[in-house]
Amino acid sequence: MLFDALTLGLGYNASLVTLGATALGIAAGVTGTFLYLRKRALVSDAISHATLPGVALAFIVAVALGGDGRSLPVLLLGSAISAGLGLLAVQWLATRTRLTEDAAIGAVLSVFFGLGIVLLTVIQTLATAGQAGLEDFLLGSTAGMLRSEALLIAVGGALTLALTLILRRPMLMTAFDPAHAGAMGVNLNRTDIAMMGLVMAVTVVGLKIVGLILIVALLIIPPVAARFWSDRADRVVLLSGLIGGASGWIGAAISASAADVPTGPVIVLVAFVLFSLSFFLAPGRGVMAAALNAFAFRRRVHLRQGLLSLAHGQPIYESLTLRLLHRQGYAGRDGVPTDAGCAAAARARLDEERWAVVRADPSLELAAARYDGLTPLQEVLTADQVAEIDSRRARPEAAT
Amino acid sequence: MSGAEFVPLSLAPLVIGVLVAVTCALPGNFLLLRRQALVGDAISHVVLPGIVAGFLVSGVIATWPMLLGAAGAALLAVVLIEAIRRLGRIEPGAAMGVVFTTLFAAGVLLLEQSDTSDVHLDVEHALYGNLESLIWLDATGWASLLDPAALAGLPPELFRIAAACALVTGLLAIFWRPLKIATFDEGFAASLGLPVQAISLGLIVVAAIAAVAAFDAVGSIIVIAMFICPPAAARLMTDRLGAQVAWSVAFAVVSAVAGYVLAGYGPLWFGARDAVSAAGMIATVSGLILAIAALAGPRRRPLQPRA
Repeated sequence: MLFDALTLGLGYNASLVTLGATALGIAAGVTGTFLYLRKRALVSDAISHATLPGVALAFIVAVALGGDGRSLPVLLLGSAISAGLGLLAVQWLATRTRLTEDAAIGAVLSVFFGLGIVLLTVIQTLATAGQAGLEDFLLGSTAGMLRSEALLIAVGGALTLALTLILRRPMLMTAFDPAHAGAMGVNLNRTDIAMMGLVMAVTVVGLKIVGLILIVALLIIPPVAARFWSDRADRVVLLSGLIGGASGWIGAAISASAADVPTGPVIVLVAFVLFSLSFFLAPGRGVMAAALNAFAFRRRVHLRQGLLSLAHGQPIYESLTLRLLHRQGYAGRDGVPTDAGCAAAARARLDEERWAVVRADPSLELAAARYDGLTPLQEVLTADQVAEIDSRRARPEAAT
Repeated sequence: MSGAEFVPLSLAPLVIGVLVAVTCALPGNFLLLRRQALVGDAISHVVLPGIVAGFLVSGVIATWPMLLGAAGAALLAVVLIEAIRRLGRIEPGAAMGVVFTTLFAAGVLLLEQSDTSDVHLDVEHALYGNLESLIWLDATGWASLLDPAALAGLPPELFRIAAACALVTGLLAIFWRPLKIATFDEGFAASLGLPVQAISLGLIVVAAIAAVAAFDAVGSIIVIAMFICPPAAARLMTDRLGAQVAWSVAFAVVSAVAGYVLAGYGPLWFGARDAVSAAGMIATVSGLILAIAALAGPRRRPLQPRA
């Protein structure tokens, strides 16, 4: 069943929704990366919550004009207009008053959402048939979706994705280094507006699938997850799109193949699973890699200090050092050095003495800056330089 | 309107609304100044999974398991945000976004999967509460305020939010000076020997207490609005912390009263029969106050005027 859903074998509508969710996920992941790199990730939270009054007003206006209040294009148009107003309100509060952007975001999202709730209760009292369903925009619902709606979402997702791909270069440059982008002739204001426009497009298209409370997750989680894997902005964008797309695809498929599983939360949780994997397993920035690095570093420090102690004939009491020396075959359990241990200890001592010469000589300042008590001098200086240092090291000994 | 109608139907929700607004606005002032305004947003989202988990573990719709679950979830969220921020070196806003959306999604999924259809627990209720339903059936008029038998019938939410309000107010009063110093100049506070980390965590715990107690009564949207809008509007009125807190309390009270009255009686003035959501209306009124302050507040200008 799940396999069928993943391979689009569950009927035309479910397939359209899955495709739409995948396109939406990719678009959200890519767009979200620019937001994240601009450090404005939570602006999307204000935008998404600000869609609610627009949806409700569009319904009321459509019904008042005698139309069908549930028409998805009308509702999405309304949501786009009020999301735009919300965005303008955030910008205005953050730039024209002394309020910081986070306060502006929180104020706009709570007030617009509160107004939306008021309008929803107004609609409930209008006693118009077919009002049920507006609540679906809170959490998304793909069950019982009309074919035209599924088509709209698939097309909307694809269009948003296409726009994102077209605009990715200026957005990437702006997100990464605004000053440089400006110097290269990118219009910063227009790029920012385009980026926010894309965020709005993602939000509006995602309303029906993910719902307005959780759409922000699709804009935030994939970029944060992708950031663990690479330091290169273009790769982060690509990965984020992949993670977002995979979340949309798998999440929609799980939701389509099981009963009573709402689409939005499942997509978000799939994204979070991918985030957790990245958080723990990514090389370099991941938690496990960091822990392994820290442990390897500790080992090297203990081993080095243990060898130096052996070289100076000092007894070792520290248990980790003893264990490491024993495991390397440098010493017995009691800390008495083996032959290999004596040799390694002598090498460590020699290296330390060479470093002492380097650090005492101001003309070798640059090399001395690399001293960390672990790196062998041969890795910093050439063999000739080391030999020269050895000759200098020998002289004071010869003098005594 | 006569007391016989007002006291049973509107007094308790009105008082609860005012208490909620004040309880949230007080810590909101400090969160705002510390640029942590969205902590209230995050906490109020994660309350949902906490309440659902509390219900699933205890199996009953009782207050204490759900409050404990909510508090646990809030704590878990704070720990997760800090862990992701520190271990993953992710900026705080994004870390917050990851955690609260995920926990909220988990809460929704738990709710849909568990058999809660026969009990009064749903997402809409969690979002915008049901302030209007907290009526005081035992009351017959103003005289009931002096009648112990009738007083015992007050909604229990009233006592809980009153206790939370007293607790939050008391804590802020006791720790006013260290909190003030640590908020404005953390480095100076640390050099005085103040435990800045503990103060920061303590503030978030107080915010969580306020959010959970308020959520119990009115749902999360009003909580977010009250955490941010009254303090933000107050920030545009004055440059003094004491005055800002006073303004924010005043704005919170006005929002709660005006919002409740508009929601309950406003539609009647337009000839409609039914009231609209009081929680939504309170949030809307607080937004209007903020808008007015942003347009006309004496201290609204940016701190560093743009060249």
